[in-house]
Amino acid sequence: MSDIKIVDAPAGIEGSGFFATSFDKVIGLARSHSLWPLPFATSCCGIEFMATMGSHYDFGRFGSERLSFSPRQADLLMVMGTIAKKMSPVLKQVYLQMAEPRWVMAVGACASSGGIFDTYSVLQGIDEIIPVDVYVPGCPPRPEAILDGFGKIQELVRNESGRRRDSPEYKEMLASYGIL
Amino acid sequence: MTEETNHNLTNLLSERFGEKIKSVDEPYGLLTIETTKDVIISVLQFLKEDSQAAFNFLTDITAVHYPEKRAIAVVYHLYNMVGRVRIRVKVFLHEQQPDIPTATSLWNGANWMERETYDLFGVKFEGHPDLRRILNMDELNVHPMLKQYPLEDPNRVDKKDEYFGR
Repeated sequence: MSDIKIVDAPAGIEGSGFFATSFDKVIGLARSHSLWPLPFATSCCGIEFMATMGSHYDFGRFGSERLSFSPRQADLLMVMGTIAKKMSPVLKQVYLQMAEPRWVMAVGACASSGGIFDTYSVLQGIDEIIPVDVYVPGCPPRPEAILDGFGKIQELVRNESGRRRDSPEYKEMLASYGIL
Repeated sequence: MTEETNHNLTNLLSERFGEKIKSVDEPYGLLTIETTKDVIISVLQFLKEDSQAAFNFLTDITAVHYPEKRAIAVVYHLYNMVGRVRIRVKVFLHEQQPDIPTATSLWNGANWMERETYDLFGVKFEGHPDLRRILNMDELNVHPMLKQYPLEDPNRVDKKDEYFGR
């Protein structure tokens, strides 16, 4: 028999017949283990993601078996590969179509900083057009690195306050990207 | 064999076009001729349709910017699939006025090649059915392969000159 691990309950007050905790913790716990990623794969990092989805690395273990190819149903945008400037309005539109709360992971050197493509036609990191939560370095990163980055996203999701997305700081940050 | 073919082709062309064939060279055995923009389409048509030349395939159209000569050279590569012969035809245009007639009248395949050359070098192909950018984003307001424009993106922040000994 395999050793099936179940996450621990969040901290709370427990007694006979009741368990009390905060919504933030319960929702964070549930969300972090059921993220639906949208793979925006444009080049070799996308191939590494295919390996990550395969049985050997099995991305599904972390609650992300179900990829969403519609941004409207996705929680996490995974940008994997070089984004040409001509592609940037498409990427921005995909981000805008995602419902809050939404997270973004830039996988690989190109999505993070333009990578080796320091040239007039390539976006020098997707954070020029959309906010990014986690950057995964590598050219391309190994599946372990993508999983580690995903772990960081899960940590953010788990610990996010339920009011973060309504805060003036968050709105200001979106406004700095021209998103309202 | 190559030498003989190139020699015959040169004779054929100078017989037909005379002074309009300005220079003939054979770097690495590839026959390269230079002509002018007023006869370029006739030259290409002759090369395509003449039974001896028979360059039925347009391999590529591109350009080269020579800032020191204040010139842009438009380069045509043709291929004779039957005889397995290649030829390169160059036309030098002035930097400030890069206009040349379109080759889409001879090869439909020239359409995208000319759009690419327009996109990257700003060469205007007169009579082209749909001359707009093909590779770069529409908002780009320069023709980036012209040498006055930097290759690197100015928004890059992690490449500090000191790390590269500049």
